[in-house]
Amino acid sequence: MTTTATGTPGRAGTDPLVRIEGVHKFFGEHHVLRGIDMTVQPGEVSVIIGPSGSGKSTLLRCINLLETISAGRIQVREDLIGYKEVNGRLHDLSTKAIANQRREIGMVFQRFNLFPHKTALANIMEAPTQVKRQSKTAARTAALELLDRVGLAERANHYPSQLSGGQQQRVAIARALAMEPELMLFDEPTSALDPELVGDVLNVMKDLAKSGMTMIVVTHEIGFAREVGDTLTFMDGGVVVETGNPRQIIANPQHARTKEFLSRVL
Amino acid sequence: MSQTAKRGSFAGPDDGVERINAVPVRHPGRWVGAAIIVLVLAITAQSLITNPRFHWDLVGTYLLDTLVVQGIGWTLILTVSSMVIAIALAIMLAFMRQSENPLFRYVSWVWVWFFRGTPVYTQLVFWGLVATLYPKIIIGVPFGPEWFSMDTQTVVNATVAAILGLGLNESAYLAEIFRAGLKSVDNGQMEAAEALGMRRSKIMWRIILPQAMRVIVPPTGNETIGMLKTTSLVLAVPFTYDLTFVTNTIANRIYQPIPLLIVAAFWYLLVTSVLMVGQFYIERHFGKGVDNLTKAPVKPAAVAAAVAHAHNPAAPADPEPAAPTSEGGTTP
Repeated sequence: MTTTATGTPGRAGTDPLVRIEGVHKFFGEHHVLRGIDMTVQPGEVSVIIGPSGSGKSTLLRCINLLETISAGRIQVREDLIGYKEVNGRLHDLSTKAIANQRREIGMVFQRFNLFPHKTALANIMEAPTQVKRQSKTAARTAALELLDRVGLAERANHYPSQLSGGQQQRVAIARALAMEPELMLFDEPTSALDPELVGDVLNVMKDLAKSGMTMIVVTHEIGFAREVGDTLTFMDGGVVVETGNPRQIIANPQHARTKEFLSRVL
Repeated sequence: MSQTAKRGSFAGPDDGVERINAVPVRHPGRWVGAAIIVLVLAITAQSLITNPRFHWDLVGTYLLDTLVVQGIGWTLILTVSSMVIAIALAIMLAFMRQSENPLFRYVSWVWVWFFRGTPVYTQLVFWGLVATLYPKIIIGVPFGPEWFSMDTQTVVNATVAAILGLGLNESAYLAEIFRAGLKSVDNGQMEAAEALGMRRSKIMWRIILPQAMRVIVPPTGNETIGMLKTTSLVLAVPFTYDLTFVTNTIANRIYQPIPLLIVAAFWYLLVTSVLMVGQFYIERHFGKGVDNLTKAPVKPAAVAAAVAHAHNPAAPADPEPAAPTSEGGTTP
């Protein structure tokens, strides 16, 4: 029921970048994810929507191991996330191996989570210099380029507290991009923003999508899903209710729950 | 209140807006209070000047006495060394307490439990007696051969015993202060750094601890000033060169305790004041980006140059820019 008929342009036939199979997640007794299957092709923009508590953020956090899954498997490229398989048995990965897996996956948070004691520039330079051991000069040039790309070059030496929410979120996107990830995860990136600041962030995300970045976006911005998304997935109660072409689903949802949700947010 | 007063007297820019110039609320009680305080101060000053038993001449004689100045030096050495040991241990203990390794967590907990749970005086006496308990320090295999041995007395002399006693005891208190500081940093900071692929030790040093310092510095300054005074307990070791012991000795010799107490108090107060100035600058440093919003020293020219550089290779790119590769392909 959850086969993804992705309309990814030009990339058909390649192996999926992200493969999520039968994923369950329990928080104590609470069964948050109840068997999620999902694939994301390289270059695809996969948008996940759903009411709060549907497990969409949890699923996203499982992909870069901010949460560990209770059952199933998540694979990014050929890497099994969080584990290695030896003779058919799963072994926990060392913290070093986990850090290595995370390098390939960028994450943007609802609450930005910029480092408040560092300037915008230093925020972006932190991971390339500390994790990838890039030289400061190279990292600074790349960081300024990224800041320019998100339209904030002249804010390089501002601290996060001196930036608006929308500007902070764009710096956060630049910070994630500085690690040159092959996958970007967005966890409700515009939910904490004033309405007039949402557009700037969405524009940066649109440009990123156009550049061919693979993105999984948890959002309430139906307009973004329709315009930029290659796939739309509607989650509710820890299961995928419906998935497919965003324009078709938004125009003509097949399930009652999808219909009801869309009628409330549109 | 001060705001209205300021606004009233402030000559605004010539923008044609007539500022509010309200009559401030009167506070007659404050004038009465101020008068009483001035009176009390006057009485105190009069007694200080006219009471001959203060012996201000002796205070003057002994304020810069060689023994006293050396005493200040030793007190400072004890304070600084024990605080350095305590801070280093406290950072380690606080990190251990937050570790995923249960062994580290237990060791840290037991350390704090023990050193906070026994009096510092008792600990100082113990370190003074350690050479009696273990006359020789021997390195070798238990129940096996000895490789190296030396007299404990030469290693743990009175100075080392005093510093160890003060430092280890203080580390337990500081560990709790550091733990509180680390906990005060939003969990999202750890997640953001983890998502960037940073290792835990690096996240602690570069992301969490610098932010925690905002919370850690004020109580640590408090502890440092406390330590300055706690050093007077080192006679328990016995260590006999610190400021309190020295002024006490002089007082007993000349049968004049009051002027020597004043000498000691003066120096403790002066050193405390200097420490407070230092604390101000440390707080300002760690308040960067939160309490202290002066922009970081980035040369505007360098920014402009780098932006121009960023524009050039990016400009000719077609509407479908090779964006993810463009960052990697920069040449300095």
